[in-house]
Amino acid sequence: MQTITNTATRYGWATIVLHWLIGVIFIGQFILGFVMVRTQSQRTAFELIQLHKSLGFLLLGLVILRIAWRLGDAVPPLPPSVGILERRTAPLAHLALYVFQLALPLSGWALVSVSTLEIPSMPFNLFVMPNLPLPESDAAESFWASAHWYLAYAGIGLVALHVCAALRHHFLLRDSVLTRMITPSSAGE
Amino acid sequence: MRARILGLAAAAACLAMPVHAAVVLSDAAGNYTISQAGSAIRFTIGKAGGGGFDGAFARFKGTIRIDNKDVGRSKVDLTIYPESVGTGQGRIDAFLRSDAVFDAANSPEIQFRSTSVTRTGDTTALVTGRLTARGKTFPEKFTAELDGLKGGTIKFHVTGKVLRSRYGMDVGTPLYSNVVDFDMTLTGKRG
Repeated sequence: MQTITNTATRYGWATIVLHWLIGVIFIGQFILGFVMVRTQSQRTAFELIQLHKSLGFLLLGLVILRIAWRLGDAVPPLPPSVGILERRTAPLAHLALYVFQLALPLSGWALVSVSTLEIPSMPFNLFVMPNLPLPESDAAESFWASAHWYLAYAGIGLVALHVCAALRHHFLLRDSVLTRMITPSSAGE
Repeated sequence: MRARILGLAAAAACLAMPVHAAVVLSDAAGNYTISQAGSAIRFTIGKAGGGGFDGAFARFKGTIRIDNKDVGRSKVDLTIYPESVGTGQGRIDAFLRSDAVFDAANSPEIQFRSTSVTRTGDTTALVTGRLTARGKTFPEKFTAELDGLKGGTIKFHVTGKVLRSRYGMDVGTPLYSNVVDFDMTLTGKRG
């Protein structure tokens, strides 16, 4: 049980599981969003959009949990081998990642809330998620659709940068930055 | 819907009041052609979280035959063209016409053929029949109430519930109810 929380040298299971779960859903949502707006069958498109909404609400819940955990738990410092430039920029990149993780599901929620199609949201057919209190209009719908689109591409770009940085640490710098996010025990820094 | 109309007409014609029965029956009996002017085929589908989703079919055709000897032998035929569906929201109309719902390109007609008409009151009748949509046929029931008979024009208010899933139109459940509530005004002109 001691490995659930973070310590001064390693990440605990709570952070690790939330990190990968959110990462997989986030990338999956990008692919799903890309596919669903290009699907010819209106029925399949409708069903994919509802799944995208369900996963989006799940993502929002997980991200809020992740941010709460991050604020309340210790954050292990970067290994000493990390240079000054990255030591300064990495926290900014991580802050930006959190901002996008919140902004993407929220902008999607705003989009369905203002849509003149008035399609209810029912995550995984479990319960009705109320709309955000925003007035619906065609103009608001196209605004939020654009916002969601730009945020998605910028967000996935940031994720790509994050993945490249992790791979660089693992294969080029050969430090523990990636492995310590895989299991608590592998962080032997 | 059509069934209800038939039932209403039949009911009105046959049993209204013994004194007037012969007059009413002879007045109402006959063949009517449903006219789009004065008629409306509206439907509502409930939505999760409240509210509903309203639409109407703009194009349809049909006939009502009221038998002056045996109401039960009265007949209603109604053909609806799903291409003409309208909800006030163009994107939803396109969705309904597509193969997600009506598949209007391949199934251009929705048909109702009554099989029996049973009088249920002075001006009401239960019309049962066979509803065919997207190649699937199931028995359905509609309630018809006579709304007026004047000159050669007869008017019925028809209501009924249809489960859309049986016709291959279950998309969107449970977000949108499986039950489609029909509310029709059918006006027939003699001849």
